[in-house]
Amino acid sequence: MDSSVSSKATANTFEADVREIVTAKYVRTAGESDAVAGAQPSLVVEPGSEQELAKVLKLANAAGLAVIPRGGGTKLEWGNLPERADVILSMARLNRVIEYAWADLTVSVEAGCTIGKLQETLAKHGQRLAMDALWPERATVGGVLSTNDSGALRLRFGSLRDLVIGTTLALADGTVASSGGRVVKNVAGYDLPKLVTGALGTLGIITRVFFRLHPLPKETRTISCTMEDVREAQRLVLAIQNSKLAHSALQICCGAEMQPRVDVLFEGTEAGLAAQVEQVKSMMGSTITDAGKDVWSARQEICSAGKGNTESAVAKFTTLPAQMADTIETIARLSVGKLRWSIVAQATGIGWARFEGEISAIESELRELRAAIERSGGSLVITHRPAGISALDAWGNAGDALPLMRAVKWQFDPRGSLNPGRFVGGI
Amino acid sequence: MECRIFDELREIVGPRGLITSREELHTYECDGLTNFRVLPRAVLLPDSTEQVQKIVRVCHRERIPFVARGSGTGLSGGALPVENGVVISLTRMNKILEVDLSNARVVVEPGVINLDVTGRVAPQEYFYAPDPSSQSICSIGGNVAENSGGAHCLKYGFTTTHVLGLEVVLADGSLVHLGGKTLDAPGYDLMGVFVGSEGTLGIATKIDLRIVKRPECVQTLLAAFPSTNEAGAAVSDIIAAGMLPAAIEMMDNLAIQAAEAAVHANYPNCGALLLVELDGPVAEVAALMAHVEEICRKNNSWEIRVAQSDAERALVWKGRKAAFAAMGRLSPNYIVQDGVIPRTALPNVMREIGRLSTEAGLRVANVFHAGDGNLHPLVLYDRRIPGHEEAAEALSSRILELCIAAGGSITGEHGVGEDKKKMMPKMYSEPDLETMQRVRCAFDPLQLSNPSKIFPRPRLCGEKPGEYVAHPLETAGIAERF
Repeated sequence: MDSSVSSKATANTFEADVREIVTAKYVRTAGESDAVAGAQPSLVVEPGSEQELAKVLKLANAAGLAVIPRGGGTKLEWGNLPERADVILSMARLNRVIEYAWADLTVSVEAGCTIGKLQETLAKHGQRLAMDALWPERATVGGVLSTNDSGALRLRFGSLRDLVIGTTLALADGTVASSGGRVVKNVAGYDLPKLVTGALGTLGIITRVFFRLHPLPKETRTISCTMEDVREAQRLVLAIQNSKLAHSALQICCGAEMQPRVDVLFEGTEAGLAAQVEQVKSMMGSTITDAGKDVWSARQEICSAGKGNTESAVAKFTTLPAQMADTIETIARLSVGKLRWSIVAQATGIGWARFEGEISAIESELRELRAAIERSGGSLVITHRPAGISALDAWGNAGDALPLMRAVKWQFDPRGSLNPGRFVGGI
Repeated sequence: MECRIFDELREIVGPRGLITSREELHTYECDGLTNFRVLPRAVLLPDSTEQVQKIVRVCHRERIPFVARGSGTGLSGGALPVENGVVISLTRMNKILEVDLSNARVVVEPGVINLDVTGRVAPQEYFYAPDPSSQSICSIGGNVAENSGGAHCLKYGFTTTHVLGLEVVLADGSLVHLGGKTLDAPGYDLMGVFVGSEGTLGIATKIDLRIVKRPECVQTLLAAFPSTNEAGAAVSDIIAAGMLPAAIEMMDNLAIQAAEAAVHANYPNCGALLLVELDGPVAEVAALMAHVEEICRKNNSWEIRVAQSDAERALVWKGRKAAFAAMGRLSPNYIVQDGVIPRTALPNVMREIGRLSTEAGLRVANVFHAGDGNLHPLVLYDRRIPGHEEAAEALSSRILELCIAAGGSITGEHGVGEDKKKMMPKMYSEPDLETMQRVRCAFDPLQLSNPSKIFPRPRLCGEKPGEYVAHPLETAGIAERF
């Protein structure tokens, strides 16, 4: 039998079986808008429960079909192009806040719940998930975890790995397994919530999550100032970091046509803030500007501008905090006369950069920049790129642990049915 | 083990790095949990990563199980040797390799003592945040294995929050680097899984730590309550008021008596004592401390003291940190338990512990990290009285079952080790445990690195999951399939 006929037959049986599980209403043929980074899947399935989802995964795995999990679809282009794409597994219906134990400062939520809806629920009790995700109105808990998205608040509250205390996963073979739990302190068994944070859905599909929560701040203050150059900005950032101020976020924004600006966020009581604001103002000198709270959306602006524009690229870079100025200067030097660029760099050493210009210039700059950053021990991950440079790996060097990562992938998903080819080293 | 293997190992670490005499081996037969004892075949004391690699390669080739050991202060039997295995003690790898203040990073070898990291950076007003009570003797390598906590993890997080990168010798002797000095290295967060894996995934030989700037001010409040009920209610109110203190600790009357007898901390004699520490900018701490005092009063605290000097503060903490060891003054024997409950379950669980204690006719002292619901009930008994030890163990297990029933955990910071693996199936389902062990199979398919810990039933790592492939342990007749 012709192999395409055979696979078509398998796909047909699969579709029929899936209709049985989730009912016909929640299975549809994939359209053009369901394509993932250019790869066209054939089916979109929306399971209504964890059990349904696990059954669908098991069937897909048995049929050798590639499954792409999808939350809000805001970061689907992150990672390499999928090797194969057969089934989109939509998390849209798994969107409940399961249990909000506000007095314990914990919440359990289904992975398809949007960050916006979650934060709205938590705000009713004066609490929050202390992170600032991209596109929170659409981004889901599962998607944000799988992409390890985090913003400026990370400086104070840590990244998602520090906020997630339990996860339930559906594995490719249909196993449903939990680890961690609802308590903030727990060392029983391996920390799988950390393993799946940032794994881009390649080890299993996150179905439920427990988070630890933080109170919403009583008062917040944002203080900004413009600096002569990035060296000066870097010096100020390191001085603030080395001070006894208790700031929640600290970033440098700059660009080809923008003088560097340093933004500091304070959260706390009115009394506590006043003294800190005075202190930071004295460190800043006379260049203070009233840029307002909007400065904290800088990361989303950089990432959003990439959307739909084929002649731009967005990359996340990580360096040591004291090397940010070096990295920004490298970007400025490489871009001169070729590319427009803008950057937001956080005091943690994580930055986001957008490049606009000729495709070939973007490609060569990303390659050179990655080489320079990797030489000094950091990394550069491309989250958006023009269609023409798809050959450029999204992740860069995964180091000497790559064989071990492959072994982990193989244990969890030996047939490679989850997001095949999208992760580091072709995982 | 054959002579030629001992010779080969001696060749690697030198004659002073190999211990084989029975008398000396007794030092290593247990860790801080002394009711499990196993004599290893040999103890190795490597002084470099290269030596660790060479030792592990020999073990891998000869299929000799090995257990890494730091200072041996663990309380769950994690460093308990295994039959016919060797212990790799990392105490000689005790150098602080790098201090990078502008990036707030310190690089250490695994044998470095926890408190020495802070000691090194204290002049520049930095500190290493995780502070287990044993911090003056426990090693960073051991902290990594156990994901150690401490009183201040309520605000500052656990060991895993402060470890950024690891150099690890895997069970086949190969060397890998997980994480690094910069954040978010591309790939799976294998470092996140390694921290807290209790030595079952390999041996960390170099550790990148994050250090933290000392806060502008620290204030410690001591509040006396009639009972743990009122103190527990105060804890809930503090959390509900949106505060995140650096630490909230609670001691009940028995624990207070023991600490008083041992270190004369000058604690008030009361039903329950709450110790609340706030840190941060002066004005912020002052505002919040006033609020904490008000909450304590509202919950019937009859005496409130704020430590007025560093010396007073140190004494307050000395009593708390000495509480476990101080129990020896009240009882010839005691079991240190470690369970976690959601904070709101505190009053119910405390009441139940009281009931079980009366029922069993055994005293239970309570010392705990109240802010994050981490209980340390100490079950007091007398081994000389027939049946006492068994009754104490039964009571201790019942307390853990209470924690599980309340939605909590069987361990918050001491680890599962040998001691609690039988409790794992009560907390996790079979698929949960099986899934965790897939990680084990990826790291150490022969299960040589600290085998038989954490999991009650080892998963045999076939070459292909789902298909039957005889495992080396199985072929060797050491294990069988369940």
